[in-house]
Amino acid sequence: MADFLLELTAEEIPARMQAGARTELEKLFRRELDVAGIACGNMTVFSTPRRLALIARGLPLETDAVREEAKGPPVGAPDQAVDGFCRKNGVNRDQLEEREVKGRATWFAVKDVPGQAVADLLAAAIIAIIRDFSWPKSMRWGEASFSPESLKWVRPLTGIVALLDGEVVPVVLDGIASGRETVGHRFHHSGAVSIADADTYASALRDAHVIVDHEERAGIIREAARKAARAAGLSVLEDEGLVVENAGLTEWPVPLLGRFDEAFLDVPSEVIQLTARVNQKYFVCEESGLDGTRLANAFICTANIAPSDPAVVVDGNRKVLAARLADARFFWELDQKKTLAQHGKGLERITFHEKLGTVADKVDRVAKLARWLVEEGIVKPTSARHEPVDGPSFTSIHGAKEKNSASTNSARAVEDLADLAEQAARLCKADLVTEMVGEFPKLQGLMGGYYAEKEGLPREVSDAIRDHYKPVGQGDEVPTAPVTVAVSLADKLDTLIGFFAIDEKPTGSTDPFALRRAALSVIRSIQRNYLRLDLHSAVLQLILDIGWRPISTLIKEDAQFREFMDGLWPEFPTNPGSGVLEARGKALLNSNPKMQPLLSRLFGGTVHKSGMVFDGSLKKVDDLLDFFADRLKVQQREAGVRHDLIDAVFALGGEDDLVRLLARVKALQSFIETENGTNLLAGYKRAANILKKERYDASIETITPAQAGVQGATSEMDSGLRRNDEGADRSDDLPLTGEEDPLALAGKPEFDDTFRANQTDPAGLSYTPEPSETALTDALSAAEPKAAAAIEAEDFEAAMAALASLRATVDRFFDNVTVNDPQADKRSARLALLARFRDAVHRVADFSRIEG
Amino acid sequence: MTPRPANDAKAEPLAAPAGPPRDPSRSFQDMILTLHDFWSAAGCVVLQPYDMRMGAGTFHTATTLRALGPEPWNAAFVQPCRRPTDGRYGENPNRLQHYYQYQVILKPSPADIQDLYLGSLRAIGIDPLRHDIRFVEDDWESPTLGAWGLGWEVWCDGMEVTQFTYFQQMGGFDCKPVAGELTYGLERLAMYIQGVDSVYDLAFNQHGVSYGEVFLENEKQMSKWNFEVAETDALFDLFTKAEAECRNALSHGVPIAAYEQAVEASHIFNLLQARGVISVQERASYMGRVRDLARSSCEEYAKAMAPEWEAKFPGWSLV
Repeated sequence: MADFLLELTAEEIPARMQAGARTELEKLFRRELDVAGIACGNMTVFSTPRRLALIARGLPLETDAVREEAKGPPVGAPDQAVDGFCRKNGVNRDQLEEREVKGRATWFAVKDVPGQAVADLLAAAIIAIIRDFSWPKSMRWGEASFSPESLKWVRPLTGIVALLDGEVVPVVLDGIASGRETVGHRFHHSGAVSIADADTYASALRDAHVIVDHEERAGIIREAARKAARAAGLSVLEDEGLVVENAGLTEWPVPLLGRFDEAFLDVPSEVIQLTARVNQKYFVCEESGLDGTRLANAFICTANIAPSDPAVVVDGNRKVLAARLADARFFWELDQKKTLAQHGKGLERITFHEKLGTVADKVDRVAKLARWLVEEGIVKPTSARHEPVDGPSFTSIHGAKEKNSASTNSARAVEDLADLAEQAARLCKADLVTEMVGEFPKLQGLMGGYYAEKEGLPREVSDAIRDHYKPVGQGDEVPTAPVTVAVSLADKLDTLIGFFAIDEKPTGSTDPFALRRAALSVIRSIQRNYLRLDLHSAVLQLILDIGWRPISTLIKEDAQFREFMDGLWPEFPTNPGSGVLEARGKALLNSNPKMQPLLSRLFGGTVHKSGMVFDGSLKKVDDLLDFFADRLKVQQREAGVRHDLIDAVFALGGEDDLVRLLARVKALQSFIETENGTNLLAGYKRAANILKKERYDASIETITPAQAGVQGATSEMDSGLRRNDEGADRSDDLPLTGEEDPLALAGKPEFDDTFRANQTDPAGLSYTPEPSETALTDALSAAEPKAAAAIEAEDFEAAMAALASLRATVDRFFDNVTVNDPQADKRSARLALLARFRDAVHRVADFSRIEG
Repeated sequence: MTPRPANDAKAEPLAAPAGPPRDPSRSFQDMILTLHDFWSAAGCVVLQPYDMRMGAGTFHTATTLRALGPEPWNAAFVQPCRRPTDGRYGENPNRLQHYYQYQVILKPSPADIQDLYLGSLRAIGIDPLRHDIRFVEDDWESPTLGAWGLGWEVWCDGMEVTQFTYFQQMGGFDCKPVAGELTYGLERLAMYIQGVDSVYDLAFNQHGVSYGEVFLENEKQMSKWNFEVAETDALFDLFTKAEAECRNALSHGVPIAAYEQAVEASHIFNLLQARGVISVQERASYMGRVRDLARSSCEEYAKAMAPEWEAKFPGWSLV
């Protein structure tokens, strides 16, 4: 067994690419070994700015000899055929063997392939690895680049060390010959470094001032930086990304601490940190004082040499940092000469998207929506008191609804919050035109927050400006302060709806406007803050506003159209079913038929003089709701929820309240794993199968929302997030007709009679039911209202418990009753009973989607 | 200096006056002369600056046009750079509307180009065991020239002192072979070597003349002209005329002349920017126009030269 060392030296490889390059090197090497049929023990990869290395242990020196056999034509076949067979297999006719195959003499070519020298196979592998190496960006160089086919690499490749068992594996590629000589540290070592074998590789390089192991370098930087800070009575602001980056920039890392002028500490610490980090790759330090920790006027740079006089290097770095900080301070002071509102004027010159107007237009929409979110009671004056959705107390949410509708907050508090939300929204993008954000785009939001604070704006406003982009990444915290929630949500909804309105939806792998992330942020905010947001209304609200802006620029100052839109504004979105749009649209068209194309464009659908059909805009709404549903599914799947359970709940449709949707998923998840759950599922499947077999109900997959226990009805099933026009709240105001979804009204005393009348009446049967049959009918009659009431109260656990109570009765039914009775009336009544059971289960979730 | 004797035609040529030995760490011009010596010895043609206003040394035809084609080309030169918007009326110690770049172009890029470069740093007094020299990823792209390359910014104790680029494309054509381009920021390098905090405090020579004495008044007046005085109608007019002249030159098969007009248009555009009369929307359109001129010029130049190049270098082709 032998060890193999491969080192590829290059001019400085970008630090950010080194981790990927190590993976690539290992991947390609394994691929080559597989192709060559070479087994290998463990494998290690290293990188420095100037080299990539791989050590593979336990390689054979030779591959095993193999005997290859090929079956040929039968003995006695025409010469042509036999000769052809010989040529194909590279054997002479006298080397053929005669063997019996199924009683027939047949020619066989037998070849002994000797073992191959692994060194030869590796030589070919090295060429393939270098040629196939995939870099984020690669280039040509030197004499060879005269030809366009010359080798492309990340930077010029300068050398190849390839040693198998200490012997050079000879390779020549584009004029570079392999050998055992490599380079040491660029400045601390002159001349070549000769490597004996894989075992001594690292130590030989260490002697030449190169620490080849990237992790060791990272460790040195981490430790030495801490130590340097400690020695100065400070602590390093830990930054693992920076550690790795500096390890990728050095072969001999030497962290050095320096000080900068204390006067710069007036500048916000994030600015100092970012300047130091992004531009200079320096660590910053903190010091503890009486009033907590604060940024210290110290930095740590990582030199790639052990300098003859460290003070010289530190001083040089200090000067560079000082110049950078001076720029930052200049921006900081300059920006404060204007108020945020004044800066905000500049947004009129920045295009958000050519079809969606300027950033100033967007800000205006966001401000209106933020106010609406508060005035509608979606965002409330007190911050979220509930546990996050995935928190432990989630399953007992049935008290939430009451809290939601109760006016615990005075109208005054709502109005104050709405004012703050609108104010914050109007200023939230102003920092985009400040000098500081121009220099450091990453500081958007943060700088606006600082400037708002300096201006003396209310704390809630400056916080909201600072945090309204959150949550950005997966681990990022979700805002909970009411003003921030309103602005953040309004901003993201505006972006989503805007891009959906102009058909810029994400497709496949492309999502140029980061809409998936925006949708996920909205979902997380709804979950975290327990927002009861009727997405449908919010979406319509914005579609109206966004839709009319591009049009309004077309029609310029058309007072009539403006009046029409303004008239719609207060009434339509919150009361879409009231016919306001239709009535006003009709009036507008009557007085000015030219408005027709504009209205068509706005609402996407056909607009008739006789009345307006605005299904086009509703299609967009549906698309967006589907998009939310998809994001939610992805999020739940990533959180480890079984995809079939998610599907089972989403298949119900008719739901546009994320909180309720997730409560259902959660309850189902815990229920299905209990014994009751397993048994109920088994019973359900048995019932469903019989129904399917008997074609009792061909549309077994289709469950109407009414059956599913969701208030309101829509016939479309493809989204889990549909609007419910006739919500439970609204049904309070309407007289009962007996046509209502029985479950939505379950528990209301005035509905009891109607409800009972609708139940299957056992007395109405034409035959005497079996005891088990009656038992099931009774059990269903008992369980259905319980489940329905529980669903109404959003206590899905209780709903499932109610269904689980059917389990024993269902089992007995199957044991004792023949469904497929020759007597037609028995058969159909029993099938109806099973269907009723199935439908009862569907009120909780579509169990047909559940696996197992 | 001793006055030259009059009417003495037969006198021996004057010997250079004895002065202090050359010292790049104490004089801006000595640093330049040292770099000239170094790159001259390395085989470069040492050129004088291009006699036009331009934003960077890369615009010099010795870089752009010569990066095209198969012929070897090694050149070094100082190029004054004009960046009207960077002017600070002589009040900022680091920012100037006029400053110098030192450019080296080596085609094909030699295998030891990094060592050569480090040798030039040593020559001007930067000891790499005393100062921390680093090659930090920095790729370059100039949509204006239809050019891009990969390389680094070279750091000296955290300060960027040189742009180091392997040109991959120029004028939309692949560079065959690839040229290595080095651009030294002369003032910042000199400030570092001389240990001064303001560019105006640099010793220009070893006889007590400072950079400020040479350039401070220029910075004040030119900043004022760039930002406040320049007649914008005339500038717009000049831009249009340069554009037209570029097209005229192109139509007559003289792409080098066309390229000069593209460089001119580019600078006029920068002046208009400094005057703040180009809106955000217009900006993109002006940049597009300049880009068209520069790219067309490079393209026409390459196409015009291609037959000659292909004849001289069998097997080579432009595309």
